[in-house]
Amino acid sequence: MPKKPMSFTLNDAETGVFVEEGQNLLEALRRGAGDLSPKFGCGQGTCGACTVLIDGAPHLSCLTLAEAAASRRVETTGGLAAGPELHPLQTAFMEGFAAQCGFCTGGMLMVAKALLAENPRPTREEVIEAISGNLCRCTGYGPIVDAILTAAARMQGRAA
Amino acid sequence: MTRYAGRGFAAINYPIGMNLGGDPAQALVHSTPDGKFMVTLSAIDLGQGMKSVTRQIAAEALGVPMEDVYVDTADSDTGPHDMGSFASRGTHRVGNAVIRASSEARAQMMEAAAEELEVNATDLDTDGQGNIHVKGAPQRKITVAETAIAAQFKQGRTLSGRGIFLIEPSGVDPDTGEMSPVTTYAHAALIVDLTVDDETGEVTVDKINSAYEVGRALNPKLVEQQLIGGAWMGVSHALYETTEPYYPDRAHGPEDFNTYLMPGPGEIVPHDIAVLERPAADAPYGGKGPGEMCANPVLPAVANAVYNAVGVRVDKLPITPEKILRGLQAQGGAKPGPRRPGTQ
Amino acid sequence: MSVEFRKDLFADERRDDLNEIGKPHTRQDIEGHVTGRTAYYDDHLFDGLLHMRCVRSPHHHARVRSVDASAAEALPGVRRVVRPSDVPHNINTLLSLIGFGEDDEQLLSDPIVRYRGEPVLAIIAETEAIARAACAAVRVDWEVLPHVLDPEEAIAPGAPSVNPAYSDNSFTYEPYDHVKLRFGDVTAAFAQADHLIEAEYEMSPIEQAPIETCGAIAAPETADRFVCHTGTQALFFSLGTTAKLLDLPSSRLHFIGGTVGGGFGGKVDSITEPMAVLGAVLTGRPVKFQWDRPEEMQVGAPRGAERWRIKDGVMADGRIIAREFTGFFDAGAYTRLSSYAGHKGTGHLPGPYTIPNVASNVFCVFTNRTPATAMRGFGITGVDFAIECHMDRVAEATGLDPISLRILNSYRDGDMKAHRRVAKNCALVECCQVAADKAGWTLSAQDKAASSLAGSDAQRAAIPETALDEEGRVGARKEGRVASTAPAPGTKRLVAGTHGRTMEAVSVQRPDMEILAERIGHAIPGATSAPAAAAPVAASPVAPSPPARPAAATPTPPAAAQPTPPVPPSAPPSPPKPFDRGVRRPGVSQFLSGSRRR
Repeated sequence: MPKKPMSFTLNDAETGVFVEEGQNLLEALRRGAGDLSPKFGCGQGTCGACTVLIDGAPHLSCLTLAEAAASRRVETTGGLAAGPELHPLQTAFMEGFAAQCGFCTGGMLMVAKALLAENPRPTREEVIEAISGNLCRCTGYGPIVDAILTAAARMQGRAA
Repeated sequence: MTRYAGRGFAAINYPIGMNLGGDPAQALVHSTPDGKFMVTLSAIDLGQGMKSVTRQIAAEALGVPMEDVYVDTADSDTGPHDMGSFASRGTHRVGNAVIRASSEARAQMMEAAAEELEVNATDLDTDGQGNIHVKGAPQRKITVAETAIAAQFKQGRTLSGRGIFLIEPSGVDPDTGEMSPVTTYAHAALIVDLTVDDETGEVTVDKINSAYEVGRALNPKLVEQQLIGGAWMGVSHALYETTEPYYPDRAHGPEDFNTYLMPGPGEIVPHDIAVLERPAADAPYGGKGPGEMCANPVLPAVANAVYNAVGVRVDKLPITPEKILRGLQAQGGAKPGPRRPGTQ
Repeated sequence: MSVEFRKDLFADERRDDLNEIGKPHTRQDIEGHVTGRTAYYDDHLFDGLLHMRCVRSPHHHARVRSVDASAAEALPGVRRVVRPSDVPHNINTLLSLIGFGEDDEQLLSDPIVRYRGEPVLAIIAETEAIARAACAAVRVDWEVLPHVLDPEEAIAPGAPSVNPAYSDNSFTYEPYDHVKLRFGDVTAAFAQADHLIEAEYEMSPIEQAPIETCGAIAAPETADRFVCHTGTQALFFSLGTTAKLLDLPSSRLHFIGGTVGGGFGGKVDSITEPMAVLGAVLTGRPVKFQWDRPEEMQVGAPRGAERWRIKDGVMADGRIIAREFTGFFDAGAYTRLSSYAGHKGTGHLPGPYTIPNVASNVFCVFTNRTPATAMRGFGITGVDFAIECHMDRVAEATGLDPISLRILNSYRDGDMKAHRRVAKNCALVECCQVAADKAGWTLSAQDKAASSLAGSDAQRAAIPETALDEEGRVGARKEGRVASTAPAPGTKRLVAGTHGRTMEAVSVQRPDMEILAERIGHAIPGATSAPAAAAPVAASPVAPSPPARPAAATPTPPAAAQPTPPVPPSAPPSPPKPFDRGVRRPGVSQFLSGSRRR
């Protein structure tokens, strides 16, 4: 099958991949760019494990055509840390035991990052709303909501 | 429409480990040249924390800090045999194998330290901080790192251990059912408060109070993760989940998460938990696996609370709005039961 | 959301001064989870990866008359059509690895399919999309056969035969078509009960629904071996199953896993691993076999359905004197792990209660539905739902507080269980008390004073005379010679006190792998423990004794009440067992083996 070159920014680095017609962004990121942090959970847009940010907004990469990301800014969990420094969301998830199997964690972190960029002081209800498209089968969600609120407070220099 | 409050109770026990035994687990432990320890397993971490709990078990049994231990699993070329992570057997079986492997490695470590300190190994103890000292004379000591270096480069000795744990397989008497199912049981009791809407048949779980007996909480945060997540799954099983909503008919089976229903983050149930610890004699540090049993009491407690709220006994899971409405219709409306003590 | 640790309870049975155990250490794996570095099975990249998908039955029960895969084979990018004849040893049952049950399931089925979704053919192609299109292009000529979906209809005479390895449509527990539990005499006890309470309960199938679907990637490795990255919950189960189905020596298989995106029981069945390795063997290339979400939901084995009928005989004061179960585990078309549920469920009866007369018949039934398998709480979840809903009914019928009813009937240390083993290390009473206290559910002084450590006596510890029957031998039900699925009245008596040998965990460990008892933080009985039961007491099979209640509220009864007194922290440690090989001289560890250089 013929493949077309496509370039985009992946976690602040210029990246190029070859994509087939109809290929989704999830496959292009995983097999093409070798970024394995977005996960395949359903391929139906219902679980959120494949969530990435395109120009800062969360997208389900399993339902996004790869070509739609051409020349745009794509962020994944693999690029969340600034070098060796973990993002406050990451440390909050670690300290709050907000992951068990970890398969949904990347998607949760991506929607949380987008939320906090837009709304640095979210209420609990706003956090719940933001992650409501992301499924977790292990934690019962409570620790995830708490961790996002903790991170938000720390990023604002507030006590959680 | 009226919303009726109900309170339900259930208590359970749960068998820990593969039923009827015969399910071995092995572990290998070896030191690095500078006194850190690798634990090699074929156990599976599917989120329950297998890598983490065996790390703590190995550190405790070796007498070294947890940071000095790393768990590697599961590569069939390097990891010894293990049956797998199911039947609440991981912590019990693998944990016991890790204790045995670590104890053997510890014995060699103490022997190597004894040779360096020129004392008997039986006179030595570890401080859990990376040192080995003479009992009663903590200033006469050697670090684990120095011990490992001496063992490797001077004494020509390995600091390693093998462990296996096996419960002998039990048969079942076909006429009486006599058997030895397991050797260890966990326990739980749980109270659910909920409300039932008699117009929509919807159930809202408002509060769970629970007591779980887990032998010993080897890592209290890992136990908490299981109990909170497990109770969430129990609510989900009670009210929503099935692949065959009209069982035994196969029709209307969900094929995605839009039709296979589970509670979301907007339906988090406040859950106050008490953890009890009665160590089981043959469990690792007494700890019983909490991961499976934690969901079980929720299902009947929800059913009993629904009955308490509106007088409808839904004896077929899941307790869907349709079943509740049909029950209400059959009995001519809600018939609340006696108010349970402590109901808000 | 709050968690409290009730360190005050059972404190004398536990040392809380361990270094690492009991500490809330951060998970070893969580930094990998939050950075996306954790590598699950699908997170291994292979050049030239091929994708495998299955052609599946749209029918509950059908015969394959013919398969035309020519259109599929002609599609560009299709590398291989895999037929049932390509599977070297195309018959297996999962628990054959521990010698339990008949081989009854093919990896790719030929010529009969027994559930909707059963695979008959696989396609290996360059992309998943091509594999999908090729599967859709395969033409199968089906002859639809009669099917049965209800477990009780399936074991009735004249039902369509589901699984040829089990002609009764139920798993064989020799010599019967079900698992029996008989303890005392329920028929006699029912006649003496003040209330008889009966009800039926059912649980529909439930999907494990891990966010990561089942799958495996296999590839040729060096030294004529194959590597397989897998999301299995049981590495050596999957390896052994693959070796058997593909008739490969296990030494040629290199399985890597251990990091799984949720399992909950749904990743034990070992189907994706042999499929992926077969693909790698046939193509010489890396092959991925991964279920999509609809397959995970409807083809992957769920927690099976269960149906339970319970009949209780209860005295006016709330004591349950007899409990009878009739249970059905709906296995679907093949055994997988359901046979195990029959035993596990039976061993769990009658729940955490001391009831002097118990009988149960538990069936593992084959129907034309997706095979069932393990899930969190396997073999117990549905039983507990039934038992605890039934306890609510008993409480209502007797007018007792539901928690008080549980405490009254709760098992205590030293009681005899229905499977003829002594209860120990019990804690149900304390869980009831603590949960009630947290929820403000006031208990009577008597219930508050109860303890799992007290209340047993010679009668509760005894094995009663037991009524036995021989109903339901294999083959009899199908011929219409068995009237009921419920336990039949006894036709002969087994004398009181009869029991076999108790299996203990600690007795079979090699002495050189003994744990260091003084470092374990709680009491461990000797390597060989006492026989299960005390000398048989001539117990009446019917009359129960209520648990002896302590006169006053004594949270910690004297140790004499327990069968295994705990060793207080100050007690001298029991010495490790002597090492039976190696050097033994003063100053040298008994753990040293062989010679050593000086």
